[in-house]
Amino acid sequence: MTYRQPKLDTSPKVSDEVRKTTCYMCACRCGINVHLKSGKVSYIEGNRDHPVNRGVLCAKGASGIMQVTAPSRLRAPLKRVGPRGSGAFEEIGWDEALELAVSWLKPLRETAPEKLAFFTGRDQSQSFTSFWAQGFGTPNYAAHGGFCSVNMAAAGIYTMGGAFWEFGQPDWDRAKLFILFGVAEDHDSNPIKIGIGKLKARGARVIGVNPVRTGYNGVADDWYGVTPGTDGLLILSVIHELLKAGRVDLDYLARFTNAPCLVDEAEGPGRGLLLRDKDGKLLVIDKATGKPAPFDRTGVRPDLGATHKGARTVFQHLAERYLSEEYAPEAVAGRTGIPAERIRGLAAEIAHAAFDAPVVLDRAWTDFRGDVHRQMTGRPVAFHAMRGISAHSNGFQTCRALHLLQILIGSVETPGGFRFKPPYPKPPEAHPRPHSGFNPCRPLNGPHLGFVQGPGDLALKADGSPARIDKAFTWENPMSAHGLMHMVIPNAHAGDPYRIDTLLLYMANMSWNSSMNTAAVMEMLTDKDETGAYKIPHIIYSDAYASEMVAYADLILPDATYLERHDCISLLDRPICEAEAAADAIRWPVVEPDREVRGFQSVLVDLANRLGLPGFVDEEGRAKYRDYADYMVNHERRPDVGPLMGWRGNGDQTGRGAPNPDQLQRYIDNGGFATAHIPDEAQFFKPWNRAYQDWAVSLGLYDQPQPYIFSLWSEPMQRFRLAAEGHGERQPPEHLRERVARTMDPLPIWYEPFGEAAGAAYPVHALTQRPMAMYHSWGSQNAWLRQIHGHNPLYVPTKIWTEKGFADGDWARVTSPSGEIVVPVAHMAALNENTIWTWNAIGKRKGAWALDPAAPESTKGFLLNHLISELLPENGDGMRWSNSDPVTGQAAWFDLRVRIEKADPPGEAQPAFGAIASPVPPARRNRP
Amino acid sequence: MTALPPPSARKLGLVIDLDTCVGCQACVTACKGWNDQGYGVPLSDQNAWGSEPSGTFLNRVHAYEVQPDTGPAQVVNFPRSCLHCENAPCVTVCPTGASYKRAEDGIVLVNEDACIGCGLCAWACPYGARELDGAAGVMKKCTLCVDRIYNENLPEADRVPACVRTCPTGARHFGDLGDSESAVSRLVAERGGYDLMPELGTSPVNKYLPPRAKGADERVDILAPLLDVKASGFAGWLDRLLEKI
Repeated sequence: MTYRQPKLDTSPKVSDEVRKTTCYMCACRCGINVHLKSGKVSYIEGNRDHPVNRGVLCAKGASGIMQVTAPSRLRAPLKRVGPRGSGAFEEIGWDEALELAVSWLKPLRETAPEKLAFFTGRDQSQSFTSFWAQGFGTPNYAAHGGFCSVNMAAAGIYTMGGAFWEFGQPDWDRAKLFILFGVAEDHDSNPIKIGIGKLKARGARVIGVNPVRTGYNGVADDWYGVTPGTDGLLILSVIHELLKAGRVDLDYLARFTNAPCLVDEAEGPGRGLLLRDKDGKLLVIDKATGKPAPFDRTGVRPDLGATHKGARTVFQHLAERYLSEEYAPEAVAGRTGIPAERIRGLAAEIAHAAFDAPVVLDRAWTDFRGDVHRQMTGRPVAFHAMRGISAHSNGFQTCRALHLLQILIGSVETPGGFRFKPPYPKPPEAHPRPHSGFNPCRPLNGPHLGFVQGPGDLALKADGSPARIDKAFTWENPMSAHGLMHMVIPNAHAGDPYRIDTLLLYMANMSWNSSMNTAAVMEMLTDKDETGAYKIPHIIYSDAYASEMVAYADLILPDATYLERHDCISLLDRPICEAEAAADAIRWPVVEPDREVRGFQSVLVDLANRLGLPGFVDEEGRAKYRDYADYMVNHERRPDVGPLMGWRGNGDQTGRGAPNPDQLQRYIDNGGFATAHIPDEAQFFKPWNRAYQDWAVSLGLYDQPQPYIFSLWSEPMQRFRLAAEGHGERQPPEHLRERVARTMDPLPIWYEPFGEAAGAAYPVHALTQRPMAMYHSWGSQNAWLRQIHGHNPLYVPTKIWTEKGFADGDWARVTSPSGEIVVPVAHMAALNENTIWTWNAIGKRKGAWALDPAAPESTKGFLLNHLISELLPENGDGMRWSNSDPVTGQAAWFDLRVRIEKADPPGEAQPAFGAIASPVPPARRNRP
Repeated sequence: MTALPPPSARKLGLVIDLDTCVGCQACVTACKGWNDQGYGVPLSDQNAWGSEPSGTFLNRVHAYEVQPDTGPAQVVNFPRSCLHCENAPCVTVCPTGASYKRAEDGIVLVNEDACIGCGLCAWACPYGARELDGAAGVMKKCTLCVDRIYNENLPEADRVPACVRTCPTGARHFGDLGDSESAVSRLVAERGGYDLMPELGTSPVNKYLPPRAKGADERVDILAPLLDVKASGFAGWLDRLLEKI
C-alpha cells in the first residue's frame, strides 16, 4: 500500500473550563487543574503555579477522576438495621441522621462529655475538628498521628522545633549529598520526587538507608540495607566516627544549640537540668570573660569546653557518650547488618560533603544576639525520613539521633541542608501543652494536644488515672503529642480507663487496615455486655466510600469527595508552606455532588449549631457559621488571624487582617492557594535570624519574636527521668519507674525494639510500605490504580527463599507471637537478607469498596495487621505492655518479628472473613 | 502491506532517564487520563472492579531486579511505550493502512477509522507497545500526545506529552531527536543514551539513558581520627578538638 496519511486535527478543544483546586488523593496536597466537559470532570493535571507540585502530578492524583465516579461512593446517610458488622443499613435523610446524632451527643455533653471519643484519620482540618471537640468539652480527641509518624514529628519539635515533610525539607537546589532513611514513599510524595529529580540533574549524590530497595532506594547511588529497628544504632555509630575525627561544626554548635549549656551534676531535683540565671535564662560560659553569661547576651561567645562549679557542657556529655566504643562501627556492624567499613564510608561521605565544599551564599544576616554574619555558610548534606525509622518502639530516640546528626554537622537551616517551612521552626515551648480538664456543658480547658515540659503537664486525673481514653500523656507514653488512635477501640472496649458512649470517627478504616490485630478489633466493635448492649454503645462514622469500617458503625454520615467540597489547608494546621514561602490553600466544589452527601466539616458545623457548642454559636445561641466555607472565611482564632492567610481585610492584607467576604473567590482566582515569600536575608538560619523572626510576626505566625537554641540535651525528658528517680510530687507507677528512667534519656540512645522480645522462634523482620501509586485503602478501589497494584505478594529475600525452598507461585505461612497468615510469596533479591515485606492496605474485606468478592484484593491480597497486636505478649512480669514507643506511644508497626514456612495454597489468603453486605449497589462490569 | 514515508528530518520522541525513574507510575495514569478523553476512542477497562481487571494503557512501567557481579541487587524501573521507530514493523505489517508513520515528525499513529482490529501490528511490535482496546476493538498506542504537542488551545509550556508534563522526577524528556543540537539530543550524547534492542533494526526514535554506576563514593577517604582517643583520654581529645575554633 502506498503511503497515505489522514488529515488530523492537532488542535482539538481541550475542555469547556478548568477549575483549580487541591488534590486529596494522598496527604501531599498538590495543586490540580480539573478540566470539565459538559459539567463533568474530564481530566486532571497538576497546576504549574502551585508551590507543592509545580505542575507535576503523581499516579494517584491523575486518577482522581476514578475516585469521583467510583461505584463504592456512598449515596445518602445510613442507619444500621442489622447487627453491627453485617452491613445491613437503610438510607435515611440528613435531618433524621443529624437528629439521631444529636440525640446521642446532647445528653453526653450535658452530663459526661468525656463519653464522646472523636478521632479522625485522613483529617486535613485538625485545627477545626479539634476546635469542635474542644467546644464539645471532651478530652478525647486526636487525629491519626499516633499510629502514623508522631515519633518523627515529636522528636523533631523537641530537638529543633520541627521535623521533616510539613515542617521542613531538604535544600534540593543546593544539597550535594541526600540521605534518605527508611520507608518514605508515603509522605511528601511529589516534592521528594521533584527533589530527587533536581539532585540527579545536578549530579548530586543520593544514599538510601532502608531494608528494602524499591522506588527512591532503587535510584539511590548507594544503598545500605539496614536491619529494621537499628537505624538509630547506625546513626550513633556515624556520630561516633564524626566526633572521633573532629568533623563536627563547632561554631554552629556553640552559637545555635544548647551544646555549650551547663548540665547540673549536683545530686538533687535539679540534677541533669541545665544551669540558668535568676531570670530563668540558660547559662553558658563566655569565652571572652571565662564567666557565666545568659546564652543570648549580645557579644557572648559560648564555650563548648567549659566547666563551671562541677557542671560540664552538654557537648562534653554527648561527646563522651558517643565516643564510647559501644558505638564503634565494629560494635554495631552485627546488629545493624552493615559492615564496619561501610559505616566508616558513610561517615566519611557525610563529612566530605559537609566540610570540604561548603555552600556559601553572599547574603548578610543578623542573629538574635545581634551578631552580623556577612555570608550564609551551609553544610550541603540533607536528610529525610518518615515512618520507616519512626514506627518502632525505639523510634522517638532514633528520630532524635537523626536530628542530632544533622545538627552536629551544622546543616540544619543552612544552605544545602535541611530547611524549615513556616510556621516552623517552632520549639516545644511555643506549642500548647495538653489539656484534659472537662466538665458538663463546658468547653475543654484548652487544646487537647500539645508538648509536655515535664510530669506536671501529663493528662492525669486527680487520682493519677488517665484523663484520656487513649491514655495519651500518661507515664506509659508521656510525650504522646498526637494521641494514640490505635488504642481507642481496645481501651473503650475494655472500659479502661473508663467507658465511653459514642465513638465518632472520620476517614479512619479502623475495622481493617488502620488497626493492629484487625480480627480482634472487629470483635471489640461487635462485643456486647451482659445486658445485650454493645460495649461501645454508639458508633458514628463519616467516609465518602463503602469502606470496611462502614459496616461497624450505627450511623454513617456520607462525606463528599475532594472535588465536591470546601477544605482549608491552613497555617493553623498542617499547611503547604515551602522553605522560601508561607503558603495555604483551599478546596472548593469544582463539581456538585450528584447524591445526598455532604462535606464532613460542614456537617460538624451543623451539629455544633444544633448542640449550641461554644465557639460556634453566639451568646443568644445563634449560629455563627452557615457551613465550613463560612467558617474558613469568618472564624478568627486570634483577632485578625483566621484559617486562611491570603487576601484578608480589604483583600490587600496577608496573614493578619479582618475577615474578607471575598476571600474564597480570591483564592479561586489565584488557583486555590496563597503564598507569602520570605525575604532573602530571612531564608536561612530561621530560628536565630532576626529578619525571619520579624517576618513571622508580621504574618501572624506568632505574636513576638521567639528565637531559641536547639535542644541536643532535652530537659523535658530529663524532668521525667528525675521523677522516675523519685524527685517531685508526680511519680510514675512502680512498674514503669525503671522504663521511664531508661527511655527518657535526655541524649539520644538506642535500645532494642520491644518486638525483639518475640525471641529466636521469630527470627525474621516483617514490614509494609505504601506503593507510590496507592494511598491507604482508598486507592485500591480505583479502577486505574488497582490495575497497577491489585494484589500484594509477600516479598522474600534470596537467603530465606532458598533456605525454605520457595518457588514461583508458592504460598507461605507467616506466624508472629500474636497471629498467623497464609499468603502468596514472591522472590526479591534487593532486600535485607532477614526481612520480608509487602505493600500495605491492598488487601480488602469481601463486600467492601463495591469490589467483586472475587477481586484479587480479597482473594490474594492480605494485611500484615493480623500479625501485629496492640499489646506485646506477656513476658514473665505478669504484664502485657503496649506495642508502642514508650516516649510518644507511637504504634510500633515495624517491630514485627515472624517466622515463615512454605504452606499448601489454601485457595485464598488467610485469614479470610465472610463477605459484608454492601451498602451500595454492585459495580457495573466495564468502564466506560 | 503499508508503506513508510521517507525518513523525516524532524524525529519527535522521548528520552527516558533510567537513572532517575523511581517507578512511581505517574506517567501511566496521566497518559491514561489524557488519552481516555483525547485522540480516538476512550481507553476502556474490562472487569474494572472485578476479579481480573484489564484495561488499555498506552504506557506501562515495569520494575526489574539486576544482580551485578559485585554488590547488592539493584532495581531498574522501566517505562515502556511506543518508540516511534524509523523502521516501524507495526506499520509495514498493517493490511489496511491504518497504522502509519507521519511524514512531518515521525510519530507512529493508528487511524482508528481504518483499523480492523486484526492485531498484526501488536504481534509485529517487538516492544509490546500496542494494546487492542477491549471495548472498541481498535488498536491503541502512544500518540506522543499528537493532540497536545501542536495544540493551540494549550499554553505553550503544556504542548508536551501528558507523561512528560506530569513526570515528578523529570525523568521523561520530549523533543526532536532529528536535531543534533536539541536538548534531548545533547542529553543522549552526554549520558550515553541508547536504543532498545538495536539488533532488530527497528531504529527507535525514543532513547533510554542508562542508570549511573552505583556503590560507595570512591573519591572519599575514610576519616582519620583527630588523635588516639584511647591513649589521650577524653580530655586530650576535647583539647585537640577545641583548638580548631
